[in-house]
Amino acid sequence: MAGLDKIVSSYEDAMAGLEDNMTVVSGGFGICGIPENLIKEIYRKKTKGLTIVSNNCGIEDYGLGMLLPKRQIKKMVASYVGENGEFERQLMSNELEVELTPQGTLAEKIRAGGAGIPAFYTATGVGTLVAEGKHHKTFNDREYILEEAITGDFAIVKAWKADRHGNLIYRKTARNFNPMVATAGKITVVEVEELVELGELDPDEIHTPGIYVDRLIVGTFEKRIEQRTVLSTKEVTAKGE
Amino acid sequence: MALSRNQIAQRVAQELNDGDYVNLGIGIPTLVPNFIPDDIEVMLQSENGLLGMGVFPTDDQVDSDLINAGKQTVTMVKGASLFSSAESFAMIRGGHVDLTVLGAFEVDVNGNIASYMIPGKLIKGMGGAMDLVAGADNIIVTMTHASKHGDSKLLSNCSLPLTGKGCIKKVLTDLAFIEIKEGKFHLLERAPGVSVEEIIKLTDGEIVVNGDVPEMQF
Repeated sequence: MAGLDKIVSSYEDAMAGLEDNMTVVSGGFGICGIPENLIKEIYRKKTKGLTIVSNNCGIEDYGLGMLLPKRQIKKMVASYVGENGEFERQLMSNELEVELTPQGTLAEKIRAGGAGIPAFYTATGVGTLVAEGKHHKTFNDREYILEEAITGDFAIVKAWKADRHGNLIYRKTARNFNPMVATAGKITVVEVEELVELGELDPDEIHTPGIYVDRLIVGTFEKRIEQRTVLSTKEVTAKGE
Repeated sequence: MALSRNQIAQRVAQELNDGDYVNLGIGIPTLVPNFIPDDIEVMLQSENGLLGMGVFPTDDQVDSDLINAGKQTVTMVKGASLFSSAESFAMIRGGHVDLTVLGAFEVDVNGNIASYMIPGKLIKGMGGAMDLVAGADNIIVTMTHASKHGDSKLLSNCSLPLTGKGCIKKVLTDLAFIEIKEGKFHLLERAPGVSVEEIIKLTDGEIVVNGDVPEMQF
């Protein structure tokens, strides 16, 4: 690693410095656009007591769900945790702490964290359990609650293409939380499918400028699908395709 | 006869206007696109970061990087755009989505909605529902009128933890189309063959019936 070159050569180097009880913010929606190999490295390292901030907690044997069986997660901050039996079991038996956060609030908390904004007001969650204990304030006759920003010791991100400076482009809905997450880590680690030459990415089309990225690694990805839903032959015929 | 899931979706689709940007929740709302009339142009917003969601893909179109908020594989229509979750919720929270359709466990006469957890039994999380109900002005809740044990889901007061407070104005169930205003349910339409008495019996909160209540037209 030298100068603006963010490339590291191994997953071990990519996650070096991650210690027990740290906070890790992760990109991904469901298991789409997740940094799957960086998560595997956390699993391999056996790091424990982690606070994980991510929209979901993966599925049982893939994504962040991998960190559940060995109890590596102490606390999960997420908007939706369904469809994961082990998660539900640990939650119901109080082995795991969960802070359910509305999805848009979660995205904005991470965005604010990366942008140096400590907190913001939102109407989301007013009058619900989410608002309990939070500061309320009225603007233009509407009530809002104060939500605090989130940053992590590590931010882990999956992008599609990068150059060696860490300029990133995401692909389709695999973008999701990744651009905000990339801004919110003391150390931001990104894994990508493809590394291109410096200058090859059109500056107008870069989603995440390299300034946010500390470490970059090229990986191979399984990219599993959670709900493979296809048109039946009948539906395809009906549409005349 | 109570409406089928498809018929509920079909009735919802009649509420769409040409040029609307629409967010559809998980469950019955995902069936709505099947009934959008050919002569109107509507863009579907998926809160994971897609505006212009298309139909499900064929086998060879399946792309693991292209899913909807229910995590199902989808396609994009011409004119679609892709963006981050923060941008997606700027659209939602900022009131830019014209119509939101979502499911619920309970709704009450004050427009409160409960849809995300049953304490001690089911904790899945609110996903984007709290942001959607807080940000949208025009929301239709779709659900069955009562549980399979005959317990009403249209209540005086929601019993489950709320997803949003005072934000629901329209509810479409398998039995009725209902408007919520001034702390009461108002019966607008009934499902074909379902009597007003039957609806009243299965509605726990106060319901106002004005004159002859028309049957839904399909």
